[in-house]
Amino acid sequence: MIRIAILGFGTVGRGVAEVLSMKRDVIERKIGKYGVVAIADSRSSISGEFSLLEAIAYKEERGRLPYDKTPRELLDEIDFDVLIETTPTDVKTGEPGLSYIKEAIRRDADVITSNKGPLVVAFSEIMEMAERHGVRIGYEATVGGAMPVIKLVSRELAGNRIFRIRGILNGTTNYILSRMEKEGMPYSQILSEAKEMGIAEADPSYDVDGIDAGAKLVIIANTIFNISASLNDVKIKGISGITPEAFRVAGEKGYTIRLIAEADENGRLDVSPRLVKLTNPLAIYGTMNALLVETDLAGEIFVIGKGAGKKETASAIISDLVDMYGRNNRTG
Amino acid sequence: MIVTIVVELEDKPGQLLKVIEPISRMGGNIISIVHDRHRVTPMKKIPVEFVVDIKSDRLERLIELIREAKIQVRSYNEMRLLATESFLLIGHIIHTDLSDTINTIDKTGFAEVVEARITMPKLDEPSTALITISARGKEEMRKAVELLKEVCERKNIMVIEPLNDDLV
Repeated sequence: MIRIAILGFGTVGRGVAEVLSMKRDVIERKIGKYGVVAIADSRSSISGEFSLLEAIAYKEERGRLPYDKTPRELLDEIDFDVLIETTPTDVKTGEPGLSYIKEAIRRDADVITSNKGPLVVAFSEIMEMAERHGVRIGYEATVGGAMPVIKLVSRELAGNRIFRIRGILNGTTNYILSRMEKEGMPYSQILSEAKEMGIAEADPSYDVDGIDAGAKLVIIANTIFNISASLNDVKIKGISGITPEAFRVAGEKGYTIRLIAEADENGRLDVSPRLVKLTNPLAIYGTMNALLVETDLAGEIFVIGKGAGKKETASAIISDLVDMYGRNNRTG
Repeated sequence: MIVTIVVELEDKPGQLLKVIEPISRMGGNIISIVHDRHRVTPMKKIPVEFVVDIKSDRLERLIELIREAKIQVRSYNEMRLLATESFLLIGHIIHTDLSDTINTIDKTGFAEVVEARITMPKLDEPSTALITISARGKEEMRKAVELLKEVCERKNIMVIEPLNDDLV
């Protein structure tokens, strides 16, 4: 039996637990028997024999889990094969996820994470540690939600030389820019509407200043180009200075404006608003994410999908789990 | 217009002046002179490339004058602009002297602003300009863009670069 520990029990962690419970038949046909042996959030936990759906209901009713053991104590006590790490992102320190991930690797467990922070802060350290311990790190969920990115560039396109990637990696900013283009309304007005709709955070700076897209770019670029870039290496420009007039002027020439994250094999790492031809596949609308990969053999590959959300992120985490333990995929 | 004139000069004092003097007389403005001693011709002459900004109706007369000074003109032609890209500028474009911004590019000799569309906003609000730059080649375009970004950063103008769609 595959023993799973889940650290972080917010929207994403609960989404994964739900899928592990509801789709057990489908997943077990692919990877064999599994069980969740422990769950913890920042201040409470549950471990041993328990029902996943009851744990979710308990957390949703009371805002916590039944027992007081901390994630640290749990990691010390329980035996597990794979850690699913879904704690909140901190792109400056990577914590608390970074410590949990390292601790799991030290105990020779595989790790699946949806948390950008640890990978932005310590990508090569984590990968080197994993290699020494002979464990695997799945991080499809850190970039582009359900959209296949990490496994696409590292497996599906293996054997290709990748020259450059360009993508829309933040749904909130794409939503704001799409509406400015279509409706000609000022940035501030659309931003406050997006906040009301829950598309933008109360403090939207992480999204609109381009930091979120920059963090995802770091993870993709490190994966593809085998570098150890951090957020400081990315030239980042946000969208707050863009006016409705800018869209009008650009539109007359057949362009729109989108926040584009770009990395290439010469070390360029850039997030900035760019003029995009209306006919370019990257001229997408709404909260979608997209990535255009330019390669020598496969030519151009374009993926598009929902960049965030409970189910979408769970989809990416389950895909890593099946990729690691699947009976029929001995490719990796 | 901007022209490139390539002449072949003997390797002795005073030759350069024979070309510069007529350019000056015809009101031309020299943008650059490339004097490459390593590419001596079989006749032991040195090719020198001038990039000159001159009124188009005076070019033919200028070439005649250079030839009259017994200088061999190997070639002359209008600068071919191979790369073209459009940029969006947002900010206080007019207050910060738009013509100075454009001149910075035109002065390079390898790139020029071929089109500029400006929208005038309400008083004290940022305005928008779409400018199109042509350059002699991709490397020249890259340099021109760096210059544009430098000037605009100093003037607190936001530059929105295009995705160059060469592969799409």
